[in-house]
Amino acid sequence: MMKTNKLFITAFAVMAGTSAAFAGTDDTTGISGQGISDIVYGLLMGALIFLMLLLLLWLYRLSVKLRLETNDNKADHKRRMQQQVSALDRTDLSHILTHSASLRKRTGNNAGIVTAMIFMSLLAAPAKAEAGPAPDLLLKSPGMIITVTLILLPLMVAIWYTGIKVSRLISRIQFRRIRNETDDLISAAGTDPDFYHLLLERKASLDFKLSDEELGSNVSPADRKGLLHNVAEVDSPRFLAAKRKASVPHDLDKSLVRAILWFLGSATAWLVLGTSVGEYLGIKFVAPDADHVSWLSFGRLRPVHTNMVFWGWSSLAMLGLGYYVVPRVSNTVIFSIRLAYWSLILVNSAVLCGSLTLMAGINNGGGEYREYIWPVMALFALGILLTLYNYYRTIGSRKTTEIYISNWYIVAAMMFVTVIALVGYLPQWQNGLGETIVQGYYMHQAVGMWFMLFNLGLIYYFLPQQLNTPIYSYSLGILAFWAQILFYTLIGTHHFLFSSIPWWLQTVAIVGSVGMLIPVFAGTTNFLMTMKGNFHKISRSYTLPFYLVGVIFYFTGSMQGTAEAFRETNLAWHFTDFTTAHSHITMYGIIAFMLWAFIYTLVPRLTGKEPGQHWVGAHFWLALVGLLFYTVPLMIGGTLRGIAWQSGKPFIDSVVLMAPYWLWRAIGGSLMWLSHLVFCWNMYTMTLRRSENEIRKEVMDALGNNHMISNPV
Amino acid sequence: MDLYSNHKKLYMAALGFFLVLTLFVAIIPALSNQQANAVLPGSRPLNALEKEGKAVFIAEGCVACHTQQVRNLDMDKNWGSRPSIAADYAGITRTDVWRNTATLMGSERTGPDLTNIGNRQPAEDWHLLHLYNPRLVVGTSVMPSYEWLFESKEYADTEDKVLNIPGAEKDGRKVVASRKAMALVAYLQSLKQLKLPDGRPVPVFLYSKDAGKVTAAVLALKKQTAFDGEALYTSNCSSCHQPNGQGIPGAFPSLKGSAIVLDTDPLVQVTIIMKGYDGRAGEGYGAMPAVGTNNNLKPEEVAAIVNHERSSWGNQSKQVTAEEVKKIISSLK
Repeated sequence: MMKTNKLFITAFAVMAGTSAAFAGTDDTTGISGQGISDIVYGLLMGALIFLMLLLLLWLYRLSVKLRLETNDNKADHKRRMQQQVSALDRTDLSHILTHSASLRKRTGNNAGIVTAMIFMSLLAAPAKAEAGPAPDLLLKSPGMIITVTLILLPLMVAIWYTGIKVSRLISRIQFRRIRNETDDLISAAGTDPDFYHLLLERKASLDFKLSDEELGSNVSPADRKGLLHNVAEVDSPRFLAAKRKASVPHDLDKSLVRAILWFLGSATAWLVLGTSVGEYLGIKFVAPDADHVSWLSFGRLRPVHTNMVFWGWSSLAMLGLGYYVVPRVSNTVIFSIRLAYWSLILVNSAVLCGSLTLMAGINNGGGEYREYIWPVMALFALGILLTLYNYYRTIGSRKTTEIYISNWYIVAAMMFVTVIALVGYLPQWQNGLGETIVQGYYMHQAVGMWFMLFNLGLIYYFLPQQLNTPIYSYSLGILAFWAQILFYTLIGTHHFLFSSIPWWLQTVAIVGSVGMLIPVFAGTTNFLMTMKGNFHKISRSYTLPFYLVGVIFYFTGSMQGTAEAFRETNLAWHFTDFTTAHSHITMYGIIAFMLWAFIYTLVPRLTGKEPGQHWVGAHFWLALVGLLFYTVPLMIGGTLRGIAWQSGKPFIDSVVLMAPYWLWRAIGGSLMWLSHLVFCWNMYTMTLRRSENEIRKEVMDALGNNHMISNPV
Repeated sequence: MDLYSNHKKLYMAALGFFLVLTLFVAIIPALSNQQANAVLPGSRPLNALEKEGKAVFIAEGCVACHTQQVRNLDMDKNWGSRPSIAADYAGITRTDVWRNTATLMGSERTGPDLTNIGNRQPAEDWHLLHLYNPRLVVGTSVMPSYEWLFESKEYADTEDKVLNIPGAEKDGRKVVASRKAMALVAYLQSLKQLKLPDGRPVPVFLYSKDAGKVTAAVLALKKQTAFDGEALYTSNCSSCHQPNGQGIPGAFPSLKGSAIVLDTDPLVQVTIIMKGYDGRAGEGYGAMPAVGTNNNLKPEEVAAIVNHERSSWGNQSKQVTAEEVKKIISSLK
């Protein structure tokens, strides 16, 4: 052991010496051709030494084994005999029992000599290794490297050869030992009657077999208590694991169900439409001459895409899900379904009018997500206000004392988005840079105080519900709530770092962005700890993967936002497609994935109809892989573009540089878009499509009627 | 706690908290900013045509890809002679009853910044061709074509602006700029950064290479491109004269085999770069702006461009030194 340790130390010293030498060259000359070849040499040397160490270790273990084999003491002879008997199977036993005698005895071996030989070589090896590579600067020179390699190579061959010899010797000794032991066993069986009986008993026990009738005999199975439903045998091998079905449908007011489905249905329509627009925009980066139609030009369609997925898809889906959660956690019924429909109509018409006006070239003047002109946005705000009032009255008539945390988040989001729309659209503070300051506030609050806050509210209900476990910590939820309001409100202007808005305001935004770590850590901890111990459920559920991805992106996406907000990182990333990647990680990775999770959880419970699990799987993987194909290349390309700008290269070069990354974006976008078509199909399966159960029920109902008519009682 | 079981108190507390924060980070800064800043002396409001052009700029959503802000960063130096300040935007007010104020600062820079485009590229012909199809003048551009701002006519009226499109002569129809296109170009030409009045401190560009804050890799790249004639040509000249130096027939003259470029005395060549040129209007070529002066090119940079032009595309002429160029430039003043 001492020898090996010493060897290790020598080798490490050598490696440290080499790397230090390389580090030295890097500092002075940078990554030059010489530096690269140095690194290659270093890696080669490291690999050689590592291989050498492995060989020595192997040899050492062989020698230990050899020593064990040769130290064959007879003290625990009896125990070994017992061990052997228990290891033998039926045929071995009958062989031994039939053999009576004829024992051969062999003694002596040459193990001692071999051991001595190995230890000799072990002693010799470190001596040679130490003589060769010394940790000094000379090591850099190619001559020295070649010399060391020349010494090491034959040494390694020698060790390898010795190792082979030793392992052959070991197997020979092993064979001899086992044969001796078997001979001992046979002779013992011949001479010792007790032992012979023991073997006979053992043979009898091994011969034991079940009659195959112990448990059920030959009675065929029956379900006398009516516990089994829809029994179906699967004879073919299962390529994909079956996921759990949703439980029985909730007994919910049919008119509320219809209203919720209207919300979710129109959200789905906007999703498909809005991302079709987005997909086309992505293609335009690759093929800018795809069309020359004014209504379809990039500048006009871009806000159509963003606003449609914001106010159409995400907002409507959230409102619809809210109509389920708010009364549910208040243990009461919704205040007014009529108001819900008004709200639905208003928001839908806002998105429709907004999209058409944008395509016609009528917009508010350029602030992102603030492109709808005020009359259109007023429709949206009115729709939100109606639902806010509806939720508020519902919570006012709640049957629980406390207000469940979901309702904090949801109602707060509803109130805040109204304030945000007012601040963003009232004209009093919009002149000059006032517009920009408000824009920073508006665009970020719309994301963080509307979508994120509302979704957090929903997940505080749906995640524990799906896992069938309480939320990990209510207090963390409360902490996250207040911390989110405090920090998120401050961070808007980090979209305008280094612009002409006041420097102190930019700094406040950066500080707020760092502060966001608190609610994000609190939220992520809460969700992951709620999942803890339930991770096995994920593989058996088609909804939980969506939750998991949503939570993971909640953490990474928010962290990324904080990382982007610093002045130093802003240098490389601001104005580039890195921002686009970030917005998709958050609005898609967090918001859309969470919304799908909730929809797949809720809708089967409302309608009693489930989507095909393979279709849900297809949706999940297309969306996830598409998102990664979309965002990762854009982040890489965005960073390279920022660096190119900093280096002062011609701007057009940075456009050319982006081409492959834009192509990847189009590919990823296409996968995402496909996943939405699948989702649309799933929505259809869950709602409108007539299931077999429904048809059977109709047939049965008809039968019942006929029966009544033909047999008047 | 009562707060957590009384919905009125809870929601009022959350709303109040949010409103107070909103007041301090959005409303008060916005109000104080619009009161504290006035327009710079020497700035003029947009005229009717430019205003129309700005409306086109807004309607077409140009802000999706083009910023109008020079940040106080060294990397933004190409876009203006100084960082933008609040006063640059102070004159911008609400567009009309339906539309909000449009400072058009933007948040993506897929295309170049336009703060100073009126100085950087004042040529009307270039803008019109570029709007009609950007790839006519910048081959690798991904900007959309704004074909619908142009009309195709059998005969052009005298006041019509006809586009000189290479290869479009065959069918005999003329491409004529509509009023909207002319307005948009007028607006773009009006985008010029104003000099700050004397005595007013000029904000500095941060994170310059002298500050030693950029990474080694960036520095290495800078070393390569500092006076790289080809890169400077790409940034300043090639959108008209094209990367192959052959220009666009009928619109921008060729530099390949040009007598001015091949002249062993660089006087005329440097003068044109610094002062602009309008000598070939008779052949249909537009006027060249004073690129060197507008873009604040240093004598070393001008020399690099001159030498690139003199040694590319088959041109072989005497190379010039920065000293010679410096002498010519000082004689021009």
